Amino acid sequence: MRFGGHLILDNVSIHLHCGELTALIGPNGAGKTTLIRAILGEVPYTGRIEFRAFGDKSSRPARIGYVPQKLSVDPSSPVTVLDLFASGIQKLPLWLGHSRRLRETAGAALNAVDAPDLLKARLAHLSGGELQRVLLAFALTPMPHILLLDEPAAGLDQAGLSRFYETIGNLRRTYHLSILLVSHDVMAVALVADRVIFLNKRILADGPPSTILADEQVTKLLGSATGRLGLPIQEGQRWHGDNSAAHGTENA
Amino acid sequence: MNIWHTMIDNLPWEWSHYAFMRNALAAAILLSPTLSLLGCLVVNARMSFFSEAIGHATLTGVAIGVLLGFEDPTPAMMSFAVILALAITVLRHASESSSDTIIGLTMSFAVAIGVVLLSRGGSFARYSRYLVGDILTVSGADLLRLVLLDVFFAAFWLRFFNDLLLAGVNSSLARSRGVRILPVEFAFSAMVAAAVTASISLVGLLVINSMLIMPAAASRQVARSTNSYLAIAAGVGVGASVAGLIASFYWQTATGATIVIIQMALFAIALMLRRR
Repeated sequence: MRFGGHLILDNVSIHLHCGELTALIGPNGAGKTTLIRAILGEVPYTGRIEFRAFGDKSSRPARIGYVPQKLSVDPSSPVTVLDLFASGIQKLPLWLGHSRRLRETAGAALNAVDAPDLLKARLAHLSGGELQRVLLAFALTPMPHILLLDEPAAGLDQAGLSRFYETIGNLRRTYHLSILLVSHDVMAVALVADRVIFLNKRILADGPPSTILADEQVTKLLGSATGRLGLPIQEGQRWHGDNSAAHGTENA
Repeated sequence: MNIWHTMIDNLPWEWSHYAFMRNALAAAILLSPTLSLLGCLVVNARMSFFSEAIGHATLTGVAIGVLLGFEDPTPAMMSFAVILALAITVLRHASESSSDTIIGLTMSFAVAIGVVLLSRGGSFARYSRYLVGDILTVSGADLLRLVLLDVFFAAFWLRFFNDLLLAGVNSSLARSRGVRILPVEFAFSAMVAAAVTASISLVGLLVINSMLIMPAAASRQVARSTNSYLAIAAGVGVGASVAGLIASFYWQTATGATIVIIQMALFAIALMLRRR
């Protein structure tokens, strides 16, 4: 993938499994956000992104639930949580009113992420933690095949963070969701991810957290989590300098 | 139209006995809700500089129309504004430089070309109605044009409102929910260009952007949801236009600018209500 003549991502091949939380880590400028934008179809790329249901040979477009890092609403924005749900779900233009079904759906979605009573709140007035929950509830309505979380740690305090990850963990177990978490918070990744992919223009390493976070390249760029967490450092790290296997490929 | 004239003529005030004032009032009522509502989304999308640029660039459209020998430069003006709006949208998506710079450059260039073309032979004064506008000379054809604009706008508002609101909150988020951003933005910029050009000879390019932005800005101070935002903005837009028109009759001032001053007063009131 190129942007403005620069090579941003090259030969990235990732296979996401259902019920698995994959963390994508990498330094600033590694192409994490670009990869997300490619998955969302926002930027052109060469290669393929495919979704296959279990036992289904044909590929079809995946429904993606996306939780952005931040919103572009200024403090005077009048858009409420209910308006957000209406704009994304309701067929009728929302100036004709919010349907009762929408209110119920939105209310239930907020309850599910432990954020009730926020339906009438304005987006611009939510705290960092509340906003993450609302955006999560929105991303989960309707239930997606893949959940994309872009730096959910940004703007959350420690308590908000553990609460957020707890919710994510519950969702994954309940709905067998495939989750891709983009982060540079090595600590959080070590605690919640099943698998970690280290990206810097291309995939440099791919494996379980304990392996990847002990990797020298990773610790050099992102700081060490393993020491602090006391994770065992394993021998025989898997290297993916020129990854070839797997399904969704994307080439420059 | 006859019913309208009879109805207003029966009002007890001096201004209501003049046919040009009754036409102007009809124009203000047809135009102001559309501009105010559209302005709500312009402000949401932080595109007020874009609409300003389109307003100024209509001058080049007028020049092109005059050069081509059209009696009424409106079709040339509207085509030019729509093409320019689409071009700016494409550039914003394709380029890495900030959209501010692109819009600023395009606006300066378009205004310069317009002024150069129209000032050849020292005849620029003839076109000053496009600068300050003249709602008092509004004709039956103008009113018909405004009705067409409103019909077009209603269709646009039905189809694109939700998509545009979501795109204004976060465009990647909108994309993830199946909103195709570029076509939606094309429709939006073309709509803004059409609304601005349809009204430019009535209110003038110097104040057209206030007609779009001010009601929305005032409404944002007090609105607690998107629907109240729209309703208050439309109310401020219509109220200020009608009040401004009547005030300009008694004060003998340019109507467009008088409307803007009243909008500003309403904005100040909204700001005070918010502080409480």
